[in-house]
Amino acid sequence: MNKKPWNKNLLLIFVKFRELGILIFIILLVLIVSLRSPYFLTLSNLNVILLDISILFIVAVGQMVVLLSKNLDLSVGSGVALVGMIVAMTVSKNWNIQPVVAILMGVGYGLFFGALNGVVISKGKVSPVITTLGTMSIYRGLAFMISGGAWVDAVEMPESFKLIARGKILGIPNLIFFMIVIFIIFYYLLNHTRIGRQIYAVGSNREASKMVGISTDKITFLVYSLSGILFGLGGVLWVSRYASAQSDSAMGFEFQTIAACVIGGVNIAGGSGTLPGLLMAVLFLGIINNALNLVRISPFLKLAVQGLVILIAVITDVLIKRRFQKVLLLREKEL
Amino acid sequence: MVDSFRINFFKRIFLRRECLLVLLIIVVNVINTNLSPYYLNVINLFDMTFNFMEKGFIVLIMALIMITGNIDISVASNIAMSSVVMAVSYQSGLNIVICIILGLLTGTLGGFINGYLITKFRLSSIVVTLGTMSLYRGIPFIILGDQAVTKFPEGFAYIGQGYIGDTLIPFQLVVFIILAVIFSLLLHKTTFGRHIYSIGTNENACRYSGVPVDSIKLKIFAISGFLSALAAIFLTSRIGVSRPSIALGYELEIITIVVLGGVSMYGGEGTIPGVVLSLFLVGFVRYGLSLKNVPASMIVIIIGLVLIFSVMIPNVLNEFNINKKLKRRA
Repeated sequence: MNKKPWNKNLLLIFVKFRELGILIFIILLVLIVSLRSPYFLTLSNLNVILLDISILFIVAVGQMVVLLSKNLDLSVGSGVALVGMIVAMTVSKNWNIQPVVAILMGVGYGLFFGALNGVVISKGKVSPVITTLGTMSIYRGLAFMISGGAWVDAVEMPESFKLIARGKILGIPNLIFFMIVIFIIFYYLLNHTRIGRQIYAVGSNREASKMVGISTDKITFLVYSLSGILFGLGGVLWVSRYASAQSDSAMGFEFQTIAACVIGGVNIAGGSGTLPGLLMAVLFLGIINNALNLVRISPFLKLAVQGLVILIAVITDVLIKRRFQKVLLLREKEL
Repeated sequence: MVDSFRINFFKRIFLRRECLLVLLIIVVNVINTNLSPYYLNVINLFDMTFNFMEKGFIVLIMALIMITGNIDISVASNIAMSSVVMAVSYQSGLNIVICIILGLLTGTLGGFINGYLITKFRLSSIVVTLGTMSLYRGIPFIILGDQAVTKFPEGFAYIGQGYIGDTLIPFQLVVFIILAVIFSLLLHKTTFGRHIYSIGTNENACRYSGVPVDSIKLKIFAISGFLSALAAIFLTSRIGVSRPSIALGYELEIITIVVLGGVSMYGGEGTIPGVVLSLFLVGFVRYGLSLKNVPASMIVIIIGLVLIFSVMIPNVLNEFNINKKLKRRA
């Protein structure tokens, strides 16, 4: 029995393409929803979806980098709230701060808080879960403390600051622009630099990485700093987009980022996962959210449907992958 | 030889997580007693346990789940679902005992579904329970919307607010102690318990050596659902209201307590006495600080710091000791 080689190659490509299940699910979802609502498949709606997912994507990239190295960052949600609050309070007191400075400030604070996680984990030898569970409470508490529980309202922010999330660069909305830039930078970092490969290596086998001379402590410190930078950026964008800073904003955001990573095929136990996969997962979550709004589902139903769809998606993903692997194994035996 | 034995003995006793927790509890109690004259008061000390006993039920099973290297973050949502199912069925005129049973069944079913999805499809527990966290929180919202149920029969309040006879001992505390004893026997004295540790250490090896991994996982997730429902009943009875947003954020507090108690997130480590001590430690910290009117945000920060430093300080000391020993040898 000689099978045509292209057939096998095609299959191989499918199997390598770990995010296939999610892609099929996205296509199905798009088909169903566009039948119900003609507005769904328009360019302006795509714009809305992308705007909605951009902050989640940016922060989830940081989470992914951390997960790749077999660590976990539970402090991202609190980090977004804390950095957002600090920047919003600073900006509301000094209206003449340039938007670029505000962004850099957010990135700087984010870097600091992320690096703090990194130091405690790599130098204090505290496990990532304990550290980031702790800093999750600490950062959230700090956000409450410095604000005294009060909000920073839209009227207290200068127009230029609110324009960070609403403006456009070269015809592309800023948020989407940031998303693209982050995607490109991290795609390059993860796939084409030594550091990127080291992150994967540490995640797959820490002991072996140590043996070949990778400083695992440095990598740990690095991934948490990167995650910090990204949640710092996310914090500024969050405050600017919603034009209000609240100490309880981004509650549960850490779970959303982890969900995005896991749906996107990032292995929670480290070592595997791709940026396109993550993008697809975030897109998937964004589409569900958008579709539920468009089909005018009752807000009380939304949460349950969201959970159900995520469950169905991951189960389909597993089933499809199993099927392919079975077929592949059979073919290999035949050949 | 004697020297090394003594060091090992010292290490075995003092570097244990439980010892550190006992030490921390003593320190916290001494500080709190000095801070407030109302702290060392038997009535207050018994009453403060009301605040965290429901979490305590789930802490016990969460320890088991995390020792197998899994996690269940749907527990708080499961509380909401069971609580609302119970309340709504009471509202529709059923006998309260039947309602309680319905609530327990709902929770157990929720936990069973988690376990089924995890074992049947070999999905990671964090993904499944992330999904069911939304699902189980969403179902009560579908049932009740933004409403709340506040009417419960007379005797129902006893479950969450009552004391044993004329003593000062809360009924809840007794239930918790019984459960804690059962769980520590289960984990530390039975084959089932050894299996749980071995699954957490190496799941594949367990499968090859004939440990019924899937059935054990299914069981502990179902128990987790059952205990969430039990917690839901106690919580609903204590605060006298059931609404979809009940127990919001409990999962993180529970996980924090379990981790502080020395359970490793990657499985294979941890004890029931450890998590019970950590539950009380967090309780004492909260109670003492709230007596001094410390704002909630500050309490949250302090608990975060305790969590980090309780692990960091022994680690750093240990490393320091090793370095000193190495130097002496050189």
